[in-house]
Amino acid sequence: MRTLFKTSYDFDIRLVKHAGHALWYGLLVLFALAVPLLFDVFLIGEATSLLIWSIGGMGLMILVGQAGQESLGHAAFLAVGCYANTILQDRMGLPFLLALPLAGLISGFAGVLLALPTARLHGIYLAIATLAVSMLVEDVIILAEPVTGGVGGLVAPTISIFGVEFDRYAAPGRFYYLVLAVTILVVFAYLNLLRSPLGRAFAAVRDSEISARAMGVDIARAKATAFGLSTAITGLCGALMGHFAGVFNHESFTLITSIQMLMMVVIGGLGTIHGAFFGAAVVVLLPQAIVFARDFIGSFTGAGSVAVPGLEAAIFGVILVLFILFEPLGIYGRWIKTRTFFDLFPFYRKSMFRRQKSYLKTERMR
Amino acid sequence: MSLLEVDNVTLKFGGVTAVDHVSFEVEEGEVFALVGPNGAGKSTLFNLVSRFYDPVEGDIRFRGESLLKRKAHEVAACGIARTFQNIELFEHASVLQNLLVGRHTHRATNLVSELLFLPSVRKAERAHREAVEKVIDFLDLQAFRDKTIAGLPYGVRKVVEMGRALALEPKLLLLDEPASGLSTEETQDVAFWIEDIKTQMGVTVLMVEHDMHPSRRSATG
Repeated sequence: MRTLFKTSYDFDIRLVKHAGHALWYGLLVLFALAVPLLFDVFLIGEATSLLIWSIGGMGLMILVGQAGQESLGHAAFLAVGCYANTILQDRMGLPFLLALPLAGLISGFAGVLLALPTARLHGIYLAIATLAVSMLVEDVIILAEPVTGGVGGLVAPTISIFGVEFDRYAAPGRFYYLVLAVTILVVFAYLNLLRSPLGRAFAAVRDSEISARAMGVDIARAKATAFGLSTAITGLCGALMGHFAGVFNHESFTLITSIQMLMMVVIGGLGTIHGAFFGAAVVVLLPQAIVFARDFIGSFTGAGSVAVPGLEAAIFGVILVLFILFEPLGIYGRWIKTRTFFDLFPFYRKSMFRRQKSYLKTERMR
Repeated sequence: MSLLEVDNVTLKFGGVTAVDHVSFEVEEGEVFALVGPNGAGKSTLFNLVSRFYDPVEGDIRFRGESLLKRKAHEVAACGIARTFQNIELFEHASVLQNLLVGRHTHRATNLVSELLFLPSVRKAERAHREAVEKVIDFLDLQAFRDKTIAGLPYGVRKVVEMGRALALEPKLLLLDEPASGLSTEETQDVAFWIEDIKTQMGVTVLMVEHDMHPSRRSATG
């Protein structure tokens, strides 16, 4: 077990807490940088997809995990980011380096607009309100055909930065590095949020609105900021998704996508950056695993590779239910428990992570 | 001029009059105790001062200025901090983070600079942490500094909540039953702390207690 001897306030502020941190995350970054050199085109594509989903996962995590606000409408903001990015490049002729952050800003602005009327809603009511937005956006995309191309969809332009092209098919490695760069930037912004007053205000709103208010936190404003930040990052994810898919229409951003995103943060582990990545890994790799498993079973039974409609959704559902029942802390929580087990061996107790009973809550002041 | 003037305040919940024409004044530098049986409306008065409720009648003035013009989240910025009867801490955050939320009214940095963690934010963070560290020293919370609230015993939570209010560097501290549910030793500690808060930090204290004993020890007015 590691004991930290803190000698200045910076020990609590700095991101790299100890040598172990530096070593392992350094190795992880090295591995991420080496992916295009080590693997073939298919796996580079999978890795890119994983990173793109992680960005979206972090976006939703800020809202659900940090500020404690549910959203079943994040596919809508993926769509806003995706369409804004493509339209800004195609119709307005903006370069990618300007279009991407602008797409994020537009999506974030849309998020704030949504937060203004929904700031007073809690839990299931907020989920329903955001769910409505998710369904609405699908229809809006179809109706606004002159802008969005309607059912026919749009084709994402090839990314070009100072004359260098980042095409997903022609240069998968380059596109991967581009996505990796955005991912790292978002991770840093997230980490900075966690160590600054705003991040703590989010946690305050999540855990007790009443005392957050007594401490001077403007609840409505904090929620709107959380929505804005979250949807801005989700917009970035949507823009990259558009480039990754190449072609997209209203069916790329359905309610199922929203649910998938929420599932991702719950399975990964709420309130942690690691959780977003673990969740993204599940969402990206599971469909592939299902395909492999099906072919594998098919080769025994001689049935060949038969597609079972709805199989993927069913397996996702079962996994989600199992996690909520047996591991509410998600994959990252399981990892923390395992680590603590070995750290404290043989003194680990099961009750260490049990939710303590919370004492009487002041519910009457709402 | 008194620090806090509660002037002829009335609050009704439907047909029930919870607070009926109450007036009192808290002078600067005193420990003022509200004593009464359950349901007398002591905590309701606190919630009125915190602006969680709007009085039907009367006025509440802090340093001569009416608090009724302010929203609930603006009260803290005036220099009024409070604790709750049924502890209202941020359960999934550490003690340190809880106390740091108390510094929210002193936040001078904005969203963009915080996301980039500019040097100005780092400087402000150091200042916040220094202030919080003083409170941790004062209340002997070093052992629980990095623990999550959800795992702490009741008595410690009570102290953390007081610490969070102190981290705000208030002029007026509202303590809602600071000794309820505590053991005799813990109650004694709280009594000493209230004494020190008054004399060392120069903070005026308004507290609610239905047990006469600790109030008689601490109260000056």
